[in-house]
Amino acid sequence: MASDPIPRQAFTEQTIGHSRQPSIARWLLILLAVAFLGTFLVVPLVSIFVEALSNGVMSAFGAITNPDALAAIRLTVLVAAIAVPLNVVFGLAASWAIAKFRFRGRSLLVTLIDLPFAVSPVVSGLVYVLLFGLHGLLGPWLQVHHIKLIFAVPGIVLATLFVTLPFVARELIPVMETQGQEAEEAAILLGANGWQVFWRVTLPNIRWGLLYGVLLCNARAMGEFGAVSVVSGHIRGVTNTMPLHVEVLYNDYNFSAAFSVAALLALLALVSLVLKNIMEWRMGDALTQSLAKR
Amino acid sequence: MSIDLRGICCRFGSTAALSDIDLSVGDGEFVALLGPSGSGKTTLLRILAGLEFADTGGLQIDGRDAHRIAPRDRGIGFVFQHYALFRHMTVAGNIRFGLEIRPRRTRPNRREIDRRVAELLDMVQLPGMERRYPTQLSGGQQQRVALARALAVEPRILLLDEPFGALDTKVREELRGFLKDLHKRLGITSLFVTHDQDEALEIADRIVIMRDGRIEQAGPTAEVYAAPVSPFVFEFLGQSNRLAVDVMAGRATTRSGVAVAEGIALPDGSAVAFFRPHDLDLTQAPATDSVPTARVSDIAVVGARARITLIDQDGVLSAELPADQLNGMSIGSPVSWTARRVRVFRES
Amino acid sequence: MAVTVSERAAGTGVVRRRHRGPLPGFVPTLGFTMTYLSLVVLIPLAFLVLRASGVSWHGLLQIVTSPRVLAAFRASFGIAFAAAVIDAAAGLLVAWVLVRYRFPGRRLLDGLVDLPIALPTAVAGITLTGLYSDTGWLGAPLAAAGIQVAFTPLGILVALTFIGLPFVVRTVQPVLADLTRDVEEAATTLGARPGQIFRRILLPQLFPALLTGLALAFGRGIGEYGSVIFIAGNMPGISEIVPLLIVTRLEQFDYIGAAVLGTVMLAVSFLFMLTINGLQQMSRERLGF
Repeated sequence: MASDPIPRQAFTEQTIGHSRQPSIARWLLILLAVAFLGTFLVVPLVSIFVEALSNGVMSAFGAITNPDALAAIRLTVLVAAIAVPLNVVFGLAASWAIAKFRFRGRSLLVTLIDLPFAVSPVVSGLVYVLLFGLHGLLGPWLQVHHIKLIFAVPGIVLATLFVTLPFVARELIPVMETQGQEAEEAAILLGANGWQVFWRVTLPNIRWGLLYGVLLCNARAMGEFGAVSVVSGHIRGVTNTMPLHVEVLYNDYNFSAAFSVAALLALLALVSLVLKNIMEWRMGDALTQSLAKR
Repeated sequence: MSIDLRGICCRFGSTAALSDIDLSVGDGEFVALLGPSGSGKTTLLRILAGLEFADTGGLQIDGRDAHRIAPRDRGIGFVFQHYALFRHMTVAGNIRFGLEIRPRRTRPNRREIDRRVAELLDMVQLPGMERRYPTQLSGGQQQRVALARALAVEPRILLLDEPFGALDTKVREELRGFLKDLHKRLGITSLFVTHDQDEALEIADRIVIMRDGRIEQAGPTAEVYAAPVSPFVFEFLGQSNRLAVDVMAGRATTRSGVAVAEGIALPDGSAVAFFRPHDLDLTQAPATDSVPTARVSDIAVVGARARITLIDQDGVLSAELPADQLNGMSIGSPVSWTARRVRVFRES
Repeated sequence: MAVTVSERAAGTGVVRRRHRGPLPGFVPTLGFTMTYLSLVVLIPLAFLVLRASGVSWHGLLQIVTSPRVLAAFRASFGIAFAAAVIDAAAGLLVAWVLVRYRFPGRRLLDGLVDLPIALPTAVAGITLTGLYSDTGWLGAPLAAAGIQVAFTPLGILVALTFIGLPFVVRTVQPVLADLTRDVEEAATTLGARPGQIFRRILLPQLFPALLTGLALAFGRGIGEYGSVIFIAGNMPGISEIVPLLIVTRLEQFDYIGAAVLGTVMLAVSFLFMLTINGLQQMSRERLGF
């Protein structure tokens, strides 16, 4: 009974009345959960940075500034810079069609958009190898025309595109659905055309959802491993993204270097998490719910 | 099953939800806790149930100190404003719950439980609904299931927290009558919380009016209505007219000189007079200089009653008559008025 | 435009129009969406299935039932299921503690729960391997107790538990937060003890969400690659997972074999998707959330 009284209206933060559960049981559960999370999440996170610095700061710094590493960083950023905007455009178009209109096959379309989520990353890469690889469907044709997709950057972009396709759409659809159509209808009655309605009415309303989707899409695009691994060919300095570079270093037993690059990626993940939490504050629990649905 | 509260105080953070509450409820009484939001009435009810704890004060149920007794052992049935039904269970499942969870010794057998469920559903006028789920029922039906569920464990006290607050007007009125009937039949000591004075006046034996965590007045319904002890109670319990008056030797006169009451036991000085619209008698009168008159400014006929708004030198007054006694009164008619059953209070 | 189709009903001279409402842009956006989706996802997936179907039923069966493949399926599915179950239990605990209690650092931990999703899988992979190897921070004490984690199926279990946890927590959390207090209070006044309340009132209402979270974690775990291949040991027949098998086949240019396995995985994933959607639909109808 020593805890702060909870105002009755605070339904989002519930305690079962400070009188009904003995404090010991409650603290035991908390301890258990914290211990579990600590061992499972915090310790691994900390170990990344410890391992990265195990040979000293200079070595870690060197690991991320050598030519191969820089090439990997460049490639990662490039791939994200292509894949994310494309999927943003897709997401905007798809959510407009799905959220603002009723048509047959609507839920099927939503399911199809969710497909890349459900599919194993390896399969995501596999499909492109089957299409564009040396012995793939279009392989010979591509060879003749000297176009390299697999084992080259375009293949990586494609695989990343596949894997990150749903992110923006899935965030925008519930946001747009909740907001309804009234604002847009009002704009139309006032004489606006389609583009104006979109730019001036819809977009400002969904900007937090959009940012959130971009954040998730980007995190995945930069961190994708399985799909990219299959299509990339692991050519050092050319077709290695950062995650692939980590693998290469690790397989060479160059642990501290591998962890240094990994630490960079981990930092990216942490920044994404922080931004995500900030945005969730702004946007409310609707976000966690839509994320939970997948 | 009697309840005794002495000196109950309860704080939430920096606000005092209840201050110094003394209340006794006798066996079989039907008591209404009435007051505006924030008056502490729900807190009081929850303290009785053991869902909240008072900071100081004594609580006795049937003569025994109840502070130590956990909610589940107090023999209390509780009905919530939003029903609090177990959504994943059927109606029968909900009602059975209190009986099923009893330890083996005191648990009735399966057939007995089913019988009780059917009996209770009959009592709340929902026969045959055993297999329905709460989401398939209307609000009024859900609340009746909640009532049946609370009654299934044969509570000694029934506590209801704004039981009809979430329902439509029509349903509310039906359930009000239903609840009153039920109480007459079962005779369980009952307390219910409401902010609707019509509800309290209609079904309660005793009314406790609360405000800002204190009891303003408590007593039998008729008495509280006829003899409110403060302006707040008077205005809360129904429509009222309010006039500034001066008291001189026990006589209260309005600023324009109309005498409204005699024998007022207040010292000389300014005061406030209250009376009900239906206690305002009107006579249509031609204007004469000696009797101040008012003019009708609005007439609204609502069903069988007419509400008349007057304006005179002392302010705006509201009168209520049976509609067939309007006698050709219309907007602008001069009328003179006298008031009955006027209560006068000190200016606060 | 508001009108997409106008038809004349035969003989009556009445013009019937199918309105899509006043908002414009339906056809262009839907068209673009379908085209993009087809090019990036549907056609490649269709081709995968096509490639796999180029093989006779007999050949298909041979590929799928070869001992190595069967072992890989056993490993992938079995360990993923075990991890999902652990995640369900641990996830429920974590969600419970995060929603119901307030303690210092709660906000921080709540944000951290998403780490396994935010962290690139390769990073998770090498980190867990290092941590649980015989010389690692967690692996060393375990090895002293005789438990080997890295390079064994146990390592795969740890990795899959790691990445599946947020799925359970984030699925259960909103449901838990939505439960109103008055239902539990009602149960208390009816005489229920805390254990009874948990078992009879809370758990049944959380069950659909738990099941959904478990299915999500399971589905994710089957196809997981990056977090697993470092810690797995990858010994055929014991700790080799299906995604790795697919990669191996590709490297050996056994496109057919890879396609067949890929199609099976695709079918399983699709099945999971439908199941999860069904579960969520059912929960919404039954319980209203």
